[in-house]
Amino acid sequence: MIDRLATIGRGTFDILASLGRSSEFLVRSLIAVPRPATGLPLLVKQIYAVGVLSLAIIVVSGLFIGMVLGLQGYNILTDYGSEQAIGQMVALTLVRELGPVVTALLFAGRAGSALTAEIGLMKATEQLSSMEMMGVDPLRRVIAPRFWAGFITMPLLAMIFSVVGIWGGMLVGVDWLGVFEGSYWANMQSSVDFGEDVLNGVIKSIVFGFVCTWIAVYQGYDSVPTSEGISSATTKTVVYSSLAVLGLDFILTAVMFGDI
Amino acid sequence: MRQRTMEIVVGAFVLAGCGALLFLALQVSGLTPQAAEPTYKVYANFNDVGGLAVRGQVSMAGVTIGRVTGIKLDPKTYQARVEMEINKSAEIIPTDSSAIIRTAGLLGEKYVDVSVGADQSYMKDGDTFYGTQSALNIERLISNFASGK
Repeated sequence: MIDRLATIGRGTFDILASLGRSSEFLVRSLIAVPRPATGLPLLVKQIYAVGVLSLAIIVVSGLFIGMVLGLQGYNILTDYGSEQAIGQMVALTLVRELGPVVTALLFAGRAGSALTAEIGLMKATEQLSSMEMMGVDPLRRVIAPRFWAGFITMPLLAMIFSVVGIWGGMLVGVDWLGVFEGSYWANMQSSVDFGEDVLNGVIKSIVFGFVCTWIAVYQGYDSVPTSEGISSATTKTVVYSSLAVLGLDFILTAVMFGDI
Repeated sequence: MRQRTMEIVVGAFVLAGCGALLFLALQVSGLTPQAAEPTYKVYANFNDVGGLAVRGQVSMAGVTIGRVTGIKLDPKTYQARVEMEINKSAEIIPTDSSAIIRTAGLLGEKYVDVSVGADQSYMKDGDTFYGTQSALNIERLISNFASGK
């Protein structure tokens, strides 16, 4: 009985310690802004690795999700004779919800896991500690560029996802199922509000970018430096990021659209 | 990959992202880059505003000329006092015009329609509509019909 109590206590301590370490890590890597001369090339390299290389999966998923939305929406709306509203449905779904959320989930799987594995292996092969011995701050040299790269790329990827999805919805709705193109766009424009819908979607994706990258780099930096440790850290990155994104999405939606 | 090539690709990527935002702003949400037009305020007292909401449209002959900016209950007359901002370019509402609450489509949003009068003078800032017609309440309509009024 007492043992069980102690187990709960130890678990709580572990969680609290992990939260504390990750917060301290976050603050330290946020204030460790690299000097422009050395930092900018590092940042460009990371935006390339995190953003440009994720572009293919984002574009393809966006296209298919837009097409599915068009198809499903048409099937339901045509029962009420209002298949012109398909543009509005596709655009609102993508801009408000699916754009930021699916992008963040794909980002966690594609880029977050890679970040964790890379940093974890650097730690396991003692590259991070040798950097410290050379007087180079690994937070400034390794972590900060990756963090900022994820933070910058997520909103861009989410925007591209939404645009490709809207185009995919038009492909199915207009070109295949024969909804009039003018009403596709006109319905969309009259119902989508820039401040209310588009900007709130951007805010969502900025929050998701922050959380996903934070989890990814922290799990890598904090991983147990063995092959098992790295594999469990990578798993944790994907699981925690997905849960955080979905949970935060509910909270953000409630605040933005729920009139609380 | 060479640093320069990478910089070019990343630049293109960032531009594509910004272009996507621009597309969402202009093409999807129909945002037009124009300064807000100067407006003036007019009021109307309704017996029943139904489902009229703040930010609802005010239109004349089907053209949007302003929006609803406030709905309050008048404690003296027990009527709803609706405040509207009308564009300066539409400062041509005759003083005997009336404001009618209509529904866009069968189940659409409520909006205020200005039915144009014949007077030679126009409404100014702070004026109140002379005549109003309240929202059509289908439930009340049916109950009136059923009770034979």
